[in-house]
Amino acid sequence: MSKVRVLVGTRKGAFVLSSDASRKQWKVDGPNFEGWEIYHVKGSPANPDRLYASQSTGWFGQVLQRSNDGGETWEAAGNQFAYEGTPGPHVWYDGSPHPWEFKRVWHLEPSLDDPDTVYAGVEDAALFKSTDAGQTWAELPGLRTHETASTWAPGAGGLCLHTILIDPTNAERMFIAISSAGVFRTDDAGKTWRPANKGLRSNTMPDQDAEVGHCVHRIAMHPSRPNVLFMQKHWDVMRTDNAAESWREISGNLPSDFGFVVDVHANEPDTVYVIPIKSDSHHFVPDGKLRVYRSRTGGDEWEALTKGLPQENCYVNVLRDAMAVDALDPCGVYFGTSGGQVYASADAGDSWNPIVRDLPGVLSVEVQTLK
Amino acid sequence: MIHVVLPAHLQTLAGVGRVVDLEVSAPVTQMSVLDALEASHPALRGTIRDTTTKRRRPMLRFYACAEDLSDASPEAPLPDEVVSGKEPYLIIGAIAGG
Repeated sequence: MSKVRVLVGTRKGAFVLSSDASRKQWKVDGPNFEGWEIYHVKGSPANPDRLYASQSTGWFGQVLQRSNDGGETWEAAGNQFAYEGTPGPHVWYDGSPHPWEFKRVWHLEPSLDDPDTVYAGVEDAALFKSTDAGQTWAELPGLRTHETASTWAPGAGGLCLHTILIDPTNAERMFIAISSAGVFRTDDAGKTWRPANKGLRSNTMPDQDAEVGHCVHRIAMHPSRPNVLFMQKHWDVMRTDNAAESWREISGNLPSDFGFVVDVHANEPDTVYVIPIKSDSHHFVPDGKLRVYRSRTGGDEWEALTKGLPQENCYVNVLRDAMAVDALDPCGVYFGTSGGQVYASADAGDSWNPIVRDLPGVLSVEVQTLK
Repeated sequence: MIHVVLPAHLQTLAGVGRVVDLEVSAPVTQMSVLDALEASHPALRGTIRDTTTKRRRPMLRFYACAEDLSDASPEAPLPDEVVSGKEPYLIIGAIAGG
């Protein structure tokens, strides 16, 4: 019988939530790395017992953890993330040039077929790769040295590379997203990159249609259809059908098109989930109601999913890496909130239950479907 | 024997107690003590000093013999009391965050 393991990163540690395929009874393990910020925990698709975790604090910097037994035990891996060469400046909040400085790993993306290969998206924005299970890291400098890089500026959370999507049909192609530079695509395994933001409009920029500078919060792909991507931008929910050659807006009837998360149903490539947030100056859900919105039409038409979610006096946020889906049928959907709740739906979003209610603020949620 | 006192989070990370005892060859400096600490406990690399520049992380302080050595030269000799093991070398996490 299949099992589900939910990997939760929080502001004060990591938790592992486990259940059988019914997804009714949950075992909660943790905290691991208590007191540390865990920006992301993710398992290898090639070996689900291999997990990677990004552990950091403002005091002690970045630590990279690795587990070989599904999170039962952990060992510190390599944490030297050195930019190649002498990094030039990017734009600081006040418009001045600011030297590129490593701050933390936001996102870890294990290879689809090699458990020892893993990518790390970091702040200040760059992409690193390890081929020895995280012991050593080498930058893929073609991204950070892109001709537009000196114009990149941080979003409120920093100049972070937060999303890495690997095309399962083309090992040479990856998409990454940076706040606030936008989406970039490589077709040569990370050697060279080009901006992939055509169709995005951002009224926070003097040129709303600029090639780079868009505050992309998250992009998501269904593995059966890697040329179709969904995006939650700072404002606007977007879609591309041509591998990010161009994007179109699909916000439709959402109550707010600001938000952070977006994800795709595991078995229905046109079923998409977002969680609208009131605005960029509020960072909580609209009207005191926690509502997941689902589109079964690939966007534009959205329905509110509320059963089991608080519909009054709720003022939480859901951050960009804090939603995931399992691979079961019916598809399970999971998300974690700034208030420390992790909600699960075992029926593709029709109804929800909290797995836990009182964790530290949730930074990331990933799901492993285990045989 | 040099006695190095670690903050709680680094004790957990390295899987050690509050005090780590180190044999360090002369001349005993902050640099050589931290080099020895990282060599014996690799999980601590990068958590006390930047891995590349070896600069102290900004929210940590180094104390010994009631003196703040945080901004002293990393290659200056440590006090005799630290070298003899009479006094510990303290790595302190700054009080910050409210």
